[in-house]
Amino acid sequence: MTIDAHPLPNRSLFKLAAAAAPILLVLILVPSLIGTYQLQLAIYGLIAAIAALGFNLLLGYTGLLSFGHSAYFGVGAYSVAFVVAHLGPHSMEFYLLVGIPVVAITSALFGYICVRHTRIFFGILTLAISQVIYSLALKLYWVTGGSDGLRVPRPALFLGLLDFLGPQGFQLFIRSYYYYVLGIFVVCVVLMWVIVHSPFGKALQGIRDNEVRARFLGLRIRRFRWISFLVSGTFTGVAGILWVPLNGLTTPDVLYWTFSGEIVFTALLGGFRNFAGPIVGGIVFTYLKTYAVATTEYWQLLLGVVLVTLVLVLPTGIVGAISQAGQRLGRRNAVT
Amino acid sequence: MTLLKTVNLRKQFGETRACDGLDFVVNKGEFLSLVGSNGAGKTTLVNLISAHLQPDSGQILLEDRDITFTTVAERIKAGIARSFQIVNLFDGLSVFDNVALSVFSREGKTIKMVRLAEHDHDVRRETLEVLGQFGLASKAAALAGGLAQGERKLLDVAVAYALRPRLLFLDEPTSGVSTHEKAQIMDTVSSVVRGGMVTAVIIEHDMDVVFRYSDRIVMMHEGSFLADGTPDEIRANKEVASILLGAPLTA
Amino acid sequence: MAILVIQILNSLLYASVLFLIAAGLSLIFGVMRIVNLAHGSLYAVGAYVTAWLAGRGIALGVPLGWLFLLLPLGALSVALIGIVIEPLLLRPFYRRAEEYQLLVTFGLLQILEDLMRLLWGGTPLSADTLIDALPILRIGGLFYPAYNLLVIAIGIVAAVILWAAIYHTKFGVMLRATSQDRRMASALGLNVGLVYVMAFGIGCFMAGLGGAIVVPTQAAVLGMGVDALVIAFVVVVIGGLGSLKGALIGAVVVSFVRTAGIQFFPELELAVLYLIAALVLLVRPSGLFSTA
Repeated sequence: MTIDAHPLPNRSLFKLAAAAAPILLVLILVPSLIGTYQLQLAIYGLIAAIAALGFNLLLGYTGLLSFGHSAYFGVGAYSVAFVVAHLGPHSMEFYLLVGIPVVAITSALFGYICVRHTRIFFGILTLAISQVIYSLALKLYWVTGGSDGLRVPRPALFLGLLDFLGPQGFQLFIRSYYYYVLGIFVVCVVLMWVIVHSPFGKALQGIRDNEVRARFLGLRIRRFRWISFLVSGTFTGVAGILWVPLNGLTTPDVLYWTFSGEIVFTALLGGFRNFAGPIVGGIVFTYLKTYAVATTEYWQLLLGVVLVTLVLVLPTGIVGAISQAGQRLGRRNAVT
Repeated sequence: MTLLKTVNLRKQFGETRACDGLDFVVNKGEFLSLVGSNGAGKTTLVNLISAHLQPDSGQILLEDRDITFTTVAERIKAGIARSFQIVNLFDGLSVFDNVALSVFSREGKTIKMVRLAEHDHDVRRETLEVLGQFGLASKAAALAGGLAQGERKLLDVAVAYALRPRLLFLDEPTSGVSTHEKAQIMDTVSSVVRGGMVTAVIIEHDMDVVFRYSDRIVMMHEGSFLADGTPDEIRANKEVASILLGAPLTA
Repeated sequence: MAILVIQILNSLLYASVLFLIAAGLSLIFGVMRIVNLAHGSLYAVGAYVTAWLAGRGIALGVPLGWLFLLLPLGALSVALIGIVIEPLLLRPFYRRAEEYQLLVTFGLLQILEDLMRLLWGGTPLSADTLIDALPILRIGGLFYPAYNLLVIAIGIVAAVILWAAIYHTKFGVMLRATSQDRRMASALGLNVGLVYVMAFGIGCFMAGLGGAIVVPTQAAVLGMGVDALVIAFVVVVIGGLGSLKGALIGAVVVSFVRTAGIQFFPELELAVLYLIAALVLLVRPSGLFSTA
């Protein structure tokens, strides 16, 4: 019995590539299949997926439920708005260049404060801190535009190579921006995949499963949680940075705690115990919400009912339910 | 040769003196059993040595180095590892990952986040080796949470062992399993630990296990040491026998 | 001088309402270990129901004095909602991870907020005629409605009744036993399910009462519940989750800080409150008097 011959969760990069290739192909072909309005929706979906992906590093992999992730999304969005208002260049690269360090620093700072606690107190602390940012954005109207918010015009992409003035500007922008966001989405997915499958990722999961044992392995619990928080907040912040040029406007709503609740909802919807769950959740939620808003004035009611039903019926989320069904089918087929 | 020594170690919980001025000595390479009734203070002593608890007073010396005020992480680095009475594993991770995490942590590699864990061949090789030694290689891909109790106990020890400690504390490594499994577990643990030249201290209630596997037995009672010697010496000790059997012996 | 007195009275009024909401939240957490995110929305429902009943009452020509009975009615309606919600939506989750309770109650919040919009529309619903039922007092040179004093009194009375119920009745013993050790209480023969429903009902009653008594002084508006919840959290953080005394002191502290804030630095008033909460969570995470 050779030791090396035993089956292991192996070659995960190959698995990722194999599973993702057809999906990526579809995503690349999407703009040629649907119109501008639908394409906008698809971009919002990808952005929500990035936000949820970041959020879930903290929940699914570290075991910490943050109810204040709207803060990082909002800080990302507002930092772009400030760049536009005060610094000038309407370049997407510049927005990212300035915005990413800003959200990283914000996450690092808030994370440092919040990871001193766990569970309920952690959740309340994240909520309280995000509300501080919200109330500042709301009240300091001479800086933040108050409840009216700040406008953000269409940026130039690829260092000004592409700008979107002229008659077909809007359609061209949406098409190009789709590929731009898709590119960043792919980078985010691959990066997060590597992170959760790295020794660091394993350590996080260990801490999630058994904090005491992890400590007795010599792991510095608080430091790991802090780093996870930092990465998590930064990813969600990137989503915010990508969101505001598309939305054209950022308001304090995007910092309010109920928006944090929506982010949590998206992770749960897809399933927070697996990697693809939040991605699926983000995209599905975007369509769900748009459909709900279009269908009824009382879309919040509809979403609330969906959420409660989901939590009751599909505890492992959409992806979890699919994979469980798949496993059952696999077992039945393997009865030979 | 003394590996670990405590000097007048004390720990009190309210009125209860869990450790009442203990001078505990562990010699290098020995397989020591710590026995005594429930509440005698055995787990407290281990908790103090592994930094799970801080002593009220006294010292802990590892090869003449005073480690009394060091942290858990520092003690692990110094070479002290432990397992827990109630199995403490990373249930959401595979058996392989449980042990691999120990190795990664020991090597200081857990901060790496932009390389894949499975690409570290050194860690992988060592993990498979340890799993093989503990007879868990066939279960490498299974989730730790799904194992049978006996396997979980072995994995618990393996995870602590993978830290390559000099001194390994095992808190009731055979509790909760059948008599047959106990022997299997202890055979494995004993051979791996001795083979790796690791000094081991086990807390155990099953006297058969204790007499069969230990080089030395230390008996605690209400916070103090009652007896200390080889299995033969302890067997001959009448006071010990009366406490163990709960009845006076005939003269 | 008169202004100062009025400021103090207004702070006490706000503290009274906050206390009711926070005490309800704390009670539910203390006994059931559940953080009910929809608690603020239940407060709002209390306000809306009371205002609506007052409107109908006035339309039917009911004398103003009788309308005061609507206050407990409004609170009771919320308690009834609570008694229905607990077994239906919360019980399935006691055995599951804490995250799920937050999600279910968040879903409930969204449902309730839109139900209020559906039933009562977007325009604020007021019940200020109730204020006219009581005389207007003169303090210094200024006018002050006696109704506000009634609100403060109700808050104090509620605190006393709650304290007496929890510490001096058999039911209170059951509540405390269940909150300390649920399994033990069950093993001793306590009907934990019943205790839970009742605790939840009482918590909801308090929230509803808070809404009922506040609505004559400020109209019921959409979103009031969501805003109130976060403030209630601040109160409970300061005073400690699960503590009645903490809810009282926290409510007073938050209320006075808010009044001072609005007076001296209005832009930062909200931010200061949340900052205080964050600070307390850092320094004394269990609050001043917690049982968590």
